[in-house]
Amino acid sequence: MNGFTTVIGLEVHVQLATQSKLFSPAPSGALGDPNTRVHAIDLGLPGVLPRPNAAAVELAVRAALALGGDVQRVSRFARKNYFYPDLPKGYQISQFESPVCLGGAVPLGAGRSCRLQRIHIEEDAGKLVHGELGTLVDLNRAGMPLIEIVGEPDLRAPADAQAFLLHLREILRYAAVSDCDMELGSMRCDANISLMPIGSDRYGTKVELKNLNSPKMVQRALEYEERRQAAILAAGGRIAAETRGWNDEAGESRPQRSKESAPDYRYFPDPDLPPLVIDDARIEAQRARLGELPQQRRDRYRSAFGLPEHDVVALTQDRAVGEWFEAAVQTGVDAKTASNWIQSDVLPAWRDRGGPLAEFPVTPQRLHELLQLLAQGTLTQVTARRVFRHMVAHAGSAATAVQQLGLSRIDDADTLAPLVAGALAALPEAAAAVRAGKERALDALKGHVMRATKGRADPDAVDRLLRAALAAD
Amino acid sequence: MTELWQLSAAGLADQVRRGSVSARDVVRASLDRIERVDPALHAFVDHRGERALADADAIDGARARGEPLGPLAGVPIGWKDNLVVAGERTSAGSRMLADYRSPFTATALQRLQAAGAVLLGRTNMDEFGMGSSTETSAHGPTRNPWHRDCVPGGSSGGSAAAVAAGLCPLAVGSDTGGSVRQPAALCGVFGLKPTYGRVSRYGLIAYASSLDCVGVLGRSVDDLALWLAATAGVDPADPTSVAAAPTTGAAAPAADLRGVRIGVPWQLNGPGLDDEVLATVQTALATLRELGAELVECSLPSVAHAVPTYYLLAMAEAASNLARYDGVRYGARRGEGTSCDAMTTASRSRGFGDEVQLRILLGTFALSVGYQDRYYGQAIRARELLRSDFARAFAACDLLVSPTSPVPAFPLGSRIDDPLAMYLCDALTVPASLAGLPALSQPCGYTAAGLPIGLQWTAPAFGEDRLLQVAGAFAAATDHHSRRPPA
Repeated sequence: MNGFTTVIGLEVHVQLATQSKLFSPAPSGALGDPNTRVHAIDLGLPGVLPRPNAAAVELAVRAALALGGDVQRVSRFARKNYFYPDLPKGYQISQFESPVCLGGAVPLGAGRSCRLQRIHIEEDAGKLVHGELGTLVDLNRAGMPLIEIVGEPDLRAPADAQAFLLHLREILRYAAVSDCDMELGSMRCDANISLMPIGSDRYGTKVELKNLNSPKMVQRALEYEERRQAAILAAGGRIAAETRGWNDEAGESRPQRSKESAPDYRYFPDPDLPPLVIDDARIEAQRARLGELPQQRRDRYRSAFGLPEHDVVALTQDRAVGEWFEAAVQTGVDAKTASNWIQSDVLPAWRDRGGPLAEFPVTPQRLHELLQLLAQGTLTQVTARRVFRHMVAHAGSAATAVQQLGLSRIDDADTLAPLVAGALAALPEAAAAVRAGKERALDALKGHVMRATKGRADPDAVDRLLRAALAAD
Repeated sequence: MTELWQLSAAGLADQVRRGSVSARDVVRASLDRIERVDPALHAFVDHRGERALADADAIDGARARGEPLGPLAGVPIGWKDNLVVAGERTSAGSRMLADYRSPFTATALQRLQAAGAVLLGRTNMDEFGMGSSTETSAHGPTRNPWHRDCVPGGSSGGSAAAVAAGLCPLAVGSDTGGSVRQPAALCGVFGLKPTYGRVSRYGLIAYASSLDCVGVLGRSVDDLALWLAATAGVDPADPTSVAAAPTTGAAAPAADLRGVRIGVPWQLNGPGLDDEVLATVQTALATLRELGAELVECSLPSVAHAVPTYYLLAMAEAASNLARYDGVRYGARRGEGTSCDAMTTASRSRGFGDEVQLRILLGTFALSVGYQDRYYGQAIRARELLRSDFARAFAACDLLVSPTSPVPAFPLGSRIDDPLAMYLCDALTVPASLAGLPALSQPCGYTAAGLPIGLQWTAPAFGEDRLLQVAGAFAAATDHHSRRPPA
């Protein structure tokens, strides 16, 4: 930007989707009434010791594999010491000198990627609630399992940061490591940004941005910071090494803390926890559970189904959607037809409804049955979509819905003949126009019959009967 | 006639199981003894009184119904005030936890209860285990039953005094750098510090996590063995606990010590020792030789750095372990209504005693940026050297022997203002702590003034059975352990 190269690095905290906390049997989940999901261990009561949760370690390993990192056979937990009322033990159990994973990368699209420095496991702190009663402590979140993913400063534009987060989120959701919801805090991002003159190889002074609650917000905050730093540097000023908080409503960041006042965390290996040893069998078990990652799936959809790029992207944004799609294809639905129905009907209805796609009332098998009724001519394109909506609302098979809606196609001449006659009587100008050779006027007459049957009339039969009636006059 | 309070744990449990005495009478005898003797000693901070009797009644009831009774059936046990018991107060000898009650029970105590033991009361200790005389307790000092103007040692001084004075046959302690063995020596009883990880630390209020061990004090080797068999074993609640082959439970003392190679590290058997201690231990070594043991001169060169190494590591870990006492969730809170920082500062400044604050400050410094490698890092390296020293020594012998404490019990107040003099009390016990090895102290003689002197055994990791056998053989050949303090 304006003679400067922007250098961005991200640190992302991701909450692991375990049943219980990282070092205690308390149920996980930051939800629930305050301080209801808290074990003696989370409170740091005298005499407690941490109990490592094997499931959390396994999800961390799976995340490391999904991101192409090098899982460390031996790593160590360390204590990060500082005082804060939401930190019950006066230290956070994290990893410092010896993290669970080194290296790895996050794709940015178009063949580019950002290298990762490391991934480590750590526990979350509680939170302070400021209200009328003063400041209260809620420890539901204390001890929740997190991984921190530390990116190298490879990003050169705020848009890259957003791409990093979107790809990271997609991969971790595919791997079922986390739901990665930035609004709800199961994914949190801090961004470091500095500017250096183009051609320089010495990074400028970096500023850390916090309070970034969506990938878009990360990009906005970085764009603001990029402009702010460029203006200071262009005016011959110096950038202060500090942490700044982003205020999205105001569209600006404000200083929170200077780096000089950062505490000394006095990291040292946690003597309560033996080294974390992860053998090859444990790593291979997670590799086996990893399944297909988004990029692999997109490649396969292009080659196996010959789908256009737009469809490929739409079907692979969410692992469950791809699975639904493939199940539909398995039942015999044409891939492109399945893709069209998913995009135009399934996804909008599912989003309205919420819940897991696996519990969506129209299963791939039922869509297949619906499409068969369409192919057989029992339904028209219009009535088929009405049937679909009915199936979403009431569950049940397509045949049942057709019956309940009274929607089988009308193609017998006895039923349609009076309606055709009615159309000719109602729209004499259109009838005259057709006779005068204006083919397009026929559509108005057809529409009249279709409306009269609420779309159930067979368009071909109506066409035939209308032409015959007009010719007979 | 022998009174109930004079009997061993093994003897009491045997009588309770046979029905020749009720658990209630055994516990009653201990409570009576506490009422009569403890006001002058202050070994117990408090006792469970009626609740202990109710537990005893439950055991008597189980016997009446024909249910099998455990190996410690009806045995009243004192426990150090840094092990938590559900519903009971636990203070770790600190004002910080003056009114704290735990919602759960320490694994070691739970296992003792499962073996039939009755939890009697909590014993006095140096605040958070930081001391060698029980003088830093917020509850005031405990006195040595052999000489009431002297300290009982520490930090498990209350447990040692209670056992020595016959208030209970066994008392649980904890040993970070000698806190079971040194008071055992100064009070003329047996003290066992098991291998690190052999007995669960869950429910032990942490001082220095990489060193803390739950241990026991008693008046016989058999009783120590019973205790170990009941408490040892892996615990899912303590990730540093170790699954090892169970102990035999019986000391099975060898009739003699033929074929046993006993290493005598010169660094622990001469320099800086009190003359009477040195002479008494030399006599003990002669007895061991008479019993057929082969005495082997050996060397632990890194022992020279053991005391500073120990204190650096213990203080660094303590500074972190004690950070949780901030007045936010439990414990003493001061400075309410000020800022968070001010409240934490006020709570800690008022809640902790001087020695604890000193150790937190030194430990914080030892981990600080710019100093960590020079202090904490150096101590970690010295610890490794010491571990290798022990490994080399055990290649040539089965056990190591030395005095437990360089000095016998010293007068109350004589060292409390001189931390360095106090820290040197631990010179002979910290090596085994740093190496995580099992060690045992037993009475081996008395000074001219009648103060007990302790002999310390150290074995390779998980060599507790060996420790108990050899200590049993020495005890069988001598009568130092049978002497009791003046009533």
